[in-house]
Amino acid sequence: MAYMLELQNLHKTFNRGTINEKAALAGVNLQLKPGDFVTIIGGNGAGKSTTLNAIAGVWPIDQGSIMVDGVDISGLSEHKRASCLGRVFQDPMTGTAATMSIEENMAIAARRGERRGLGWGITKKERKKFREQLRELDLGLEERLSSKVGLLSGGQRQAITLLMAALKEPKLLLLDEHTAALDPKTAAKVLELSDKIIEEHHLTAMMVTHNMKDAITHGNRLVMMHEGRIIYDVEGEEKKKLKVAGLLEKFEEASGGEFANDRMMLAN
Amino acid sequence: MMAYFAALDPMTLIRALPGNVAQGLIWGIMALGVYITFRILDFADLTVDGTLATGGAVAVMLIQGGMHPAAALIFSVIAGMIGGLVTGLLHTALGIPGILASILTQISLYSINLRIMGKANQSIGIGQKGLVASLRFVSADNSYLFFIKLILICLVLVAVVYWLFGTEIGSAIRATGCNEQMARAQGINTNVTKVIALMISNGLVGLSGGVYAQYQGSADVNSGRGAIVIGLAAVIISEVIFGKLCAGKKIAFAYTLAAVFVGAILYYAAYALVLWLKMPSDYMKLFSAIVVAVFLAIPYLKDKYAAKRRRV
Repeated sequence: MAYMLELQNLHKTFNRGTINEKAALAGVNLQLKPGDFVTIIGGNGAGKSTTLNAIAGVWPIDQGSIMVDGVDISGLSEHKRASCLGRVFQDPMTGTAATMSIEENMAIAARRGERRGLGWGITKKERKKFREQLRELDLGLEERLSSKVGLLSGGQRQAITLLMAALKEPKLLLLDEHTAALDPKTAAKVLELSDKIIEEHHLTAMMVTHNMKDAITHGNRLVMMHEGRIIYDVEGEEKKKLKVAGLLEKFEEASGGEFANDRMMLAN
Repeated sequence: MMAYFAALDPMTLIRALPGNVAQGLIWGIMALGVYITFRILDFADLTVDGTLATGGAVAVMLIQGGMHPAAALIFSVIAGMIGGLVTGLLHTALGIPGILASILTQISLYSINLRIMGKANQSIGIGQKGLVASLRFVSADNSYLFFIKLILICLVLVAVVYWLFGTEIGSAIRATGCNEQMARAQGINTNVTKVIALMISNGLVGLSGGVYAQYQGSADVNSGRGAIVIGLAAVIISEVIFGKLCAGKKIAFAYTLAAVFVGAILYYAAYALVLWLKMPSDYMKLFSAIVVAVFLAIPYLKDKYAAKRRRV
């Protein structure tokens, strides 16, 4: 079986040798088959976002390997890894360039992994294509191609970031609590859009979330992290049968009962 | 008091005007470079004070050596770009904070400029032919020809910069300046884009220095001192005055770039006015700094005031 993503024994310690030393990843192992959509849950500081950042190459890992589609990318810099990754961040401001227009942002994403030269930053043909893609979002953005992204709402920005992440079909889509900063209604819409994009392009995806219900209802697989390790991993039929209460119990069991005061409690 | 006003001759001010315009246009080239780093890349680049003098030094020494003044400017540009490259590498490859990296380059350029010229200043021969700009042209009978030429050069530069930032690389530079995290997530090597932007910017500054040295008839190792402040003043004046006018237009960015030149001219007009009011010329650097501080503060204070009013 060829895996799309293979994490082997990932280790990362921040501020090593200082009083703030924190072992954020303590041996993460995970294999994703092509088309897997895994949701990741866990308490604060469990290593969820850290795992995604390790894959994206925000900083080098201390130990382990990261294979995407059979290629070890753990030695590559962040911008090189971008050619096989699509990323959406928690803060809607992070995924787009505020002072640039919608179409310019999309044009930049359309060149991910390609050499950028002295050709026009955006072509007429692309404009037309972007307009069509924006129309499908049904947010009225197709008439605002040349509006600055900074003028848009958080939900609109996340929707565009999602679209940008999928423009150049990525081998792996990383969604890092990308609905956490949105109001519930907008969050639901962005989640729906995420599902649609993942399905349409048959993407392999990882979604970090604090919302247990979302973690259960989306994707075909669920992993739970605690103290830098994966402590629970279910997929398929078994995952479909999961209930929030059952999941909480699982967590209590694995983490030794220290879960009660976590904000995950509030999120379901 | 009466005597003070009686002693002010409006004609002196008017006579000084063409010179101010020429100077504004020439320094506007430098301001265009400052716009690229300060506004597009969001990088406070103080290399400018060094590369401006370098551009002048290189031009003057090459002209003295017999090169055509226009050709000498090519080398002014290259010299400026090398300055930008050094700052860029200090920042990206060696991890030195941007503003400090640029100060290091600026300081080292002082020595290099002295080395290029052999002494603190060098002049061009009185009879030098083919100069791109010169004080003599301003007072000549056909001075309008000189101004047309100068304005054309500036417009060409605006067009080139406009085009450059519409290309794929240009877009990548803009994304880097706006949101580095987004740029990297979209596969942009932000170290490379930063270095390229610094090189383009300082190339323009070197060009400005080369033209200015020809205009003055000499290059001076101190000519760049405080240049960044003048560049910033031009950029900020243009934004405060023309910001609203440029926004929303089809080629708003081109207008914004052209406005930088108008900002530089206005700066020199204000400068002339202050001199005309008989303020001692020793205070001119103070004046420049105050202009920048005031114009930088205006948008901030406006926002703050508006927010306060909304709350009431």
